[in-house]
Amino acid sequence: MAEVEETLKRIQGQKGVQGIIIVNSEGIPIKTTLDNASTMQYAGLLHQLVMKARSTVRDIDPQNDLTFMRVRSKKNEIMIAPDKDYFLIVIQNPSD
Amino acid sequence: GQLALTEAELKEEITRTLTTNNPHAPQNIVRYSFKECSYKPVLVMDQMAVHFEMEGNLVYRDLDEARRLEGLPKGSYLNIFNCHINTAFKVNMLFPTVKTKVTLAKAIPHVCFPQVTPASKADKEPKVRSQFNFSEMASQTLNNPMTEISCQTEPPQHCTFSANANQWEIYDAYVEELQKQEKNKEKQKTIQLKEDGDKSKKKMMLTETQNDDINKLGKAAKIIERMLHQNRFDDIAQDFKYFEDPSDEFRGQQGTILPLWEFHYDKIKKLSVTALCWNKKYPDLFSVGLGSWRGMLVFYSLKNSTFPEYIYPTSSSVLCLDIHEQRSYLVAVGFYDGCVAVYNLKREGQEPVYKSTAKTGKHTDPVWQVCWQNDDIENHHNFYSVSSDGRVVSWTLIKVIKDHIKRMYSCCNVYTSVVVLEAIFSYLSCGTSMDFHKQIDYLFLVGTEQGKIHKCKTYSRQYLETYAAHDMPVDTVKWNYFHPNVFISCSSDWTVKIWDHTINTPIFTFDLKAAVGDVAWAPYSSTVFAAVTTDGTVHIFDLNINKDEPLCQQAVMAKHRLTHIEFNPTHPIIIVGDIRGDVASFKLSPNLRQKQKMKKGQVQPKGPEVEVAKMEKLLRLMRGPDLE
Repeated sequence: MAEVEETLKRIQGQKGVQGIIIVNSEGIPIKTTLDNASTMQYAGLLHQLVMKARSTVRDIDPQNDLTFMRVRSKKNEIMIAPDKDYFLIVIQNPSD
Repeated sequence: GQLALTEAELKEEITRTLTTNNPHAPQNIVRYSFKECSYKPVLVMDQMAVHFEMEGNLVYRDLDEARRLEGLPKGSYLNIFNCHINTAFKVNMLFPTVKTKVTLAKAIPHVCFPQVTPASKADKEPKVRSQFNFSEMASQTLNNPMTEISCQTEPPQHCTFSANANQWEIYDAYVEELQKQEKNKEKQKTIQLKEDGDKSKKKMMLTETQNDDINKLGKAAKIIERMLHQNRFDDIAQDFKYFEDPSDEFRGQQGTILPLWEFHYDKIKKLSVTALCWNKKYPDLFSVGLGSWRGMLVFYSLKNSTFPEYIYPTSSSVLCLDIHEQRSYLVAVGFYDGCVAVYNLKREGQEPVYKSTAKTGKHTDPVWQVCWQNDDIENHHNFYSVSSDGRVVSWTLIKVIKDHIKRMYSCCNVYTSVVVLEAIFSYLSCGTSMDFHKQIDYLFLVGTEQGKIHKCKTYSRQYLETYAAHDMPVDTVKWNYFHPNVFISCSSDWTVKIWDHTINTPIFTFDLKAAVGDVAWAPYSSTVFAAVTTDGTVHIFDLNINKDEPLCQQAVMAKHRLTHIEFNPTHPIIIVGDIRGDVASFKLSPNLRQKQKMKKGQVQPKGPEVEVAKMEKLLRLMRGPDLE
């Protein structure tokens, strides 16, 4: 139990990490380190993206599943790791 | 005005004909013919033109209609009135005319008409009914007041439902169904469970549901951590995978080692690295044994250098460890207090699956080396340990399934007893290192505190051979991966020696000018080996290229005393442990990984035979002058 908390703490402390959001399967954020507005924005938009990506992967081969997604942009990188009921979003600026 | 015509024109005769054609009739009407699917002109047109039309009121008296209007004898009346009755009933029921009432009453006496007294008596003679000569008398019955009663039921609850039917949704549904079926089957099988078994299961269920939200993220969190690590150390990851030092071409035969990740963990400060071992199944995972005043067993992955994958604190210093080749989740560990333990990485918890105690025959002195062996005939795992109490002990793990565990359908294999088979060589003088032959199962070497190396067989108490190797304790002895006769040994007497086990004297001797902590053969070549010394230097030799000098001599890790070195079985990486508990990884430059130079056009031969041949050639070269 505490392992996951510790891992999240370590993630938060890693260089360049701007924020962590944990979203449940309906797209509602349950835990976040960012402000409310950004959280809602990220959660809503990324939820749809991940659902679409997952649907794509599974449509091609139903035995396959999405393991993680990275969206690299000019300013930062958004990493999403989906799980069965939740997904974890981390925003990192690797050049910090 | 008028047209002025000439005389000739005036006298011109113009013919006018009278035809019966209607000049206004259209002449070019076309009709679409479906039979021929085309437009066809209608040739014959009606030429009649009506100039005036008027309908009169005169009726010829012999016609039916005239008779109807005049009125006729009874017989014919009925007919007429029958039809009239029908119409009259329908149309004039509530508004009967007096006259029709009277005549109707006469014709059909049983029909009663409400409240209308005939104003005048009916004549025998039927009267001509004039359309215009009648009076209307209306009456209205009571209108029943209309009330509307309606009832409305509550509408059924409805909600909008939408879903996609994708390939994978269908697949998921089938898989779920299959799982349900299997669960049912299992339930049927285990109906005979005893009550206490059920209760304990229920207890487990309760505790699970309390903490179910964030813990499900374990796997996702781990993946994210690795992704972040990859981003942060992106340049190292790229180097690891792709960088080949181009300056090696200009360096002649010399090579370098490129520093990659460094592995630190806060809680292992002041502990020194006492053992390193790569996992053969997962080549990015390696284990580090640590110890000084207390011990720890830590596993790192190259994918995450910031935090270990597994951590096992121990009460006593870990001195040696070995990971099972086939079952890479089993780790055998030897301790400073003489115990040996076996950890199962798949199990939760920080306790070893098995730990030896004084009763089960633990060593009385520190255990310096443990080695897994192949499973014995009964498929039990077994390993050997050597200790400075002078014993080489073989331990076999026997799984015992206790009775009450059998009742629960999920049997966990509990190692409840480890049988000590044959404490061999009890007169051995203080073994400090050990290695088993790579191909021959029962052959092994033991290095001792006195600096001797003994070659032994597992089933015999006799030494096969003794080599007077070093002046100080033999720190490491290792068989060559390829050549069956060659082994290497190192010691704090500053030397590294390479032997052929058939010959009593070393083939090669290297003086490294500082106490040698560890030596290791390369898994990709029979002639390459690496050594670490207490002055913080890594030495890498390739005997095929240079028999006397190292190809690489590099100071690493801030020159702390280096204690151990290991080559990665698949990647060109080495890990080095030092006395401060840090582990650093390095990439070998191409010069250190050279294959034999072939003449142009010749195909590079591959396989262990090549390596053996390479070594053999070398040995023969060294032996040559001796034989002569």
